[in-house]
Amino acid sequence: MRKRLLTGLFSLFVPALVFAGEYNLTVDRVTIDTGDFIKEGIGYNGKSPGPVLRFKEGENVKINVTNNLDEMTSIHWHGLILPFQQDGVPGISFPGIKAGETFTYEFSVVQAGTYWFHSHSGFQEPDGAFGSIIIEPKGREPFRYDREYVIQLTDKHPHTGDRIMRNLKMMPDYYNREQQTVGEFFSDAKTNGLMNTLKDRMAWGDMRMMKADVEDVQGFTGMINGKGPEQNWTGLFEPGERIRLRFINSSAMTYFDVRIPGLNMTVVQADGNNVQPVNVDEFRIGVAETYDVIVRPRDAQAYTIFAESMGRSGYARATLAPKEGMEAAVPTMRKPARLTMADMGGMHGMDHGDMDHGSMNHGAMDEMDHSGMSGMDHGSMAAMDHSTHGSMGADKEKPDDPFYAKGSGIMPEAANGGKFLSYADLKAQKPLYEEREPTREIELRLTGNMERYTWSINGVKYADADPIRLQYGERVRFKFVNETMMTHPMHLHGMWSILDVGAGQWNPVKHTVSVQPGTTVFMETEVDAPGQWAFHCHLSYHAAAGMFRKVVVEGAPQASQVSAELVTNEGGGA
Amino acid sequence: MSFSRFWFTAGFVGSVLMPGLAFAQGMMEDTTERKQPLEIWGIQFEEFEYRYSDDDEELGVWNGDFFYGTDALKVRWLTKGEYAIEEQAYEGLENQLVGQIPISTFFDAKAGVRFDTPEGPDRTYAVLGVSGLAPQWFEVDANLYVSDEGDTSAEVDAEYELLLTNYWILAATVDATVAFSEDREIGIGKGLVSTETGLRLSYDLIDRSVSPYVGVVHERKYGDSADFAESAGGSTEDWFAVIGARIAF
Repeated sequence: MRKRLLTGLFSLFVPALVFAGEYNLTVDRVTIDTGDFIKEGIGYNGKSPGPVLRFKEGENVKINVTNNLDEMTSIHWHGLILPFQQDGVPGISFPGIKAGETFTYEFSVVQAGTYWFHSHSGFQEPDGAFGSIIIEPKGREPFRYDREYVIQLTDKHPHTGDRIMRNLKMMPDYYNREQQTVGEFFSDAKTNGLMNTLKDRMAWGDMRMMKADVEDVQGFTGMINGKGPEQNWTGLFEPGERIRLRFINSSAMTYFDVRIPGLNMTVVQADGNNVQPVNVDEFRIGVAETYDVIVRPRDAQAYTIFAESMGRSGYARATLAPKEGMEAAVPTMRKPARLTMADMGGMHGMDHGDMDHGSMNHGAMDEMDHSGMSGMDHGSMAAMDHSTHGSMGADKEKPDDPFYAKGSGIMPEAANGGKFLSYADLKAQKPLYEEREPTREIELRLTGNMERYTWSINGVKYADADPIRLQYGERVRFKFVNETMMTHPMHLHGMWSILDVGAGQWNPVKHTVSVQPGTTVFMETEVDAPGQWAFHCHLSYHAAAGMFRKVVVEGAPQASQVSAELVTNEGGGA
Repeated sequence: MSFSRFWFTAGFVGSVLMPGLAFAQGMMEDTTERKQPLEIWGIQFEEFEYRYSDDDEELGVWNGDFFYGTDALKVRWLTKGEYAIEEQAYEGLENQLVGQIPISTFFDAKAGVRFDTPEGPDRTYAVLGVSGLAPQWFEVDANLYVSDEGDTSAEVDAEYELLLTNYWILAATVDATVAFSEDREIGIGKGLVSTETGLRLSYDLIDRSVSPYVGVVHERKYGDSADFAESAGGSTEDWFAVIGARIAF
C-alpha cells in the first residue's frame, strides 16, 4: 500500500512521459456457434474470440482480469516482451487466477505489431479462451495501408480439450479420418504397380507409422474471427484500397494454408516483427504464428479468404467484399497430404534402404529420374514431373523449401502454381539485435511416440524434466532436431527467437518457430530477460503430453531482478 | 513509468518489506497439473454382442476393459463373459485385474490376477502377459496363466483391422488357448484347447465411441478338451452369427 502510494506520488512528478491505459477483461463461459455445431466454451468479455486489445508502443498497460469461471485461469500475452511475473503461465510466472478473483497485469509495452493472448491453464485455449493484440508503433511503419482487419483463425472442435486429450491417449488415431484405405491401396497399385505399393505399405507397417499422420485432431470447423465457413466473416473495402490483414493462428492443433484467389499478398510482418516485403500467392501459418499481409483489391468484387488445413481435413473461409452479402467462389480442398520416408528422416533406427520406390505414389511416376530421390510424394510432384504438367514449362520449376525435408509429403505448394512463402523468404526489416557469435549451442531433439501419444524433448517429458538453465547476457543457439513425423511450432516465452534462415543480421525475429518432420532448424536467442519462462510445442495436446520445458535465466544484474520483484508485489496483490 | 519504477526500486531496495519472499514467489516451483504425469482413464469394449449359433444357441457376449493410470503405470480391469440366454447361465465369466507397464516402444507387460467364476467350478490364476502393436499393425495380446490348482496355460490374441473406408472397418480376430497340463474339472485337456476366430464389419457411428457391427465367429475345441466337451454333451465346434457394437468412452 505504502509503495503503491509512493509510486503514485512519484508518477505525479514525471507526468506525461508515457501513455498509460487500463483495460478490463472478464473470463466467461460462453456459447460458441460454428454453423456446424454449437458448444459451450470459454471466452473473454462474453465472447470467443475475445476482444482486440489495442496498445501503443511505450504505453504502460494495466489489465484487470476477472475470473468468472469456477476454475483457475490465466492469460499469457503471446509474443510480448515483459517481466516474467506478467507472462501468465501458472506454476512458472505466477500462481494463476483463482475462481472469482481479479488479477491485475501491469507492464510496459516495448514493441509493436500483431500479437495475441490466450489462457495458459488446462485446455481453456482450445476451448475458446483467446483474443488478439494490436500494438501501434511509435514511429512510422515502412508500409502503407488504408484499412486493417484482424483475421484470427482457429480449429473449433465439438469435443472439449480434456476429452480430446483422453481420446488421443486411448487411441492415437481416434480423430484421424484420412487414413489409408483398401481403396487407396488399389488406386496406388494402379498408379505405381502392385509390388511397389505392397512394399510401401510393408515399409510403413514395419515402422508402425502412418503416412496419413499429418493432423492428429480432425473433425474441427475452421473459423475466422469467430465465424465458420457458412457464417462467412466479411471485411469491407473500397476498390483500390490497401488492406492490411493481420493473420493470427489461434488453433489448438491446425496449420493452415492461406490464399485469397485473385489477390497477390505482400507479407510485411511475421510474429509482430516487420520483414522485408515478400509477394506471395499463398502461405502456411503455423499454430501460434502471426503474419501481416497487405492486399490491394482493385475490382468491386468479392474475394474469398481460403485457409485449408495442412492435412486437408477442414478449412476456414471468410470474404473481402465491397458490400455486405457479396461472396466469391469457395475453392474445394486439395487431396489429403501423405507423409513420405523423407519426413521420417529424423527417426532413429529406420531402414532407409529400398524405400524409394515404395514411397512414391499419387502421380505418373514411370518417367521419372529416380536419382537423388528419397521419396517423392504428390506434394512435390508438380515441380518434378514436367512430362505430365506441360502447361507449367521447365522454367517454372520451383526450388524446394529448405525448411522441409527433401521430398517431404507436406512440402507446401501454391494452389495456383505461384509463389508459396518459405521461412527462407523472411528477412528482418531492421535488425533488432547486433549480430554476434552465439556463446553456446543447445540441442533439443523433438521426440515422441505416436502410438502412445507421448511427446517430449530429448526423450524426456516435462513431468520428468529439469529446467533449461541459461545465463543472462549469453546468446544461445538452439538446434531443433525433429525426430518425429509431425510438425512442431516451438514457442519460447519472454525472449525473441532469431530464426536462422542464413541471412545473418537480417535473420527474422519470431516468437514461434515451426520445425518440420525430418529437419533440423536453428534459432538464436539473446538471453536478456531474467526469471523463468515456458518453452514448448504450441500444439495444445503435444504440450500437455510433455513437449514442454521451463527455462530459467540466471545471473541477471541486481537491478533488473529487483524491478521484476517489485512488479510482482504490485501486480500480485489484487 | 519504468524510469520511475527503477529509481523508486533503487531507493527502496533496502526497505522493501519481504524481498526474499517476493523473489521466492517469483521463481516458483511448478506444482501445476502440467508438471504431474498425465492421468488417463478409459473404457473399451471390443465385443459387446448377441450371438446366434448354428444349433440355435443364443449367447450374450462381452469382452472389455477399464483402465486408469499414467504412461508409466496403468491399472486395467479386463472383463469377459458368455451368457447362455436360454439356460440363464454363464458359460464363461472371467475378470482380470492387472498392472501394466511399458517395456518397449510398442509393447507393455502386464501382471495380475484372473478370477474365473462361470457356472461350475471357479478358478483363480496368476497372470503374466504382454500386449502391444506388432509390425504390420497386428494388435497382439499374449498371456501366461498359472491356476490355483497348479495348472499352466497360455492364451494368444491377435487382431487386424482392415479399413474398407475411414468409417467401415473389417476386423479379423484370432484367439488360441494352449494348456500345459490337464484340468479335467473345467474341461481343459493338455495341448491346444480351443480357438475362436472372428470377422466383424463395423461402422463408426458416433466418433469411435459407438461402432455397431455384424459378423461371424467360429469356435472350436481340440484334442482332449474336445473329448471332454463331447462326453459332457457339449459341442466341439460352433458357428455364430453376431450383432453388436464396439464401445469406447
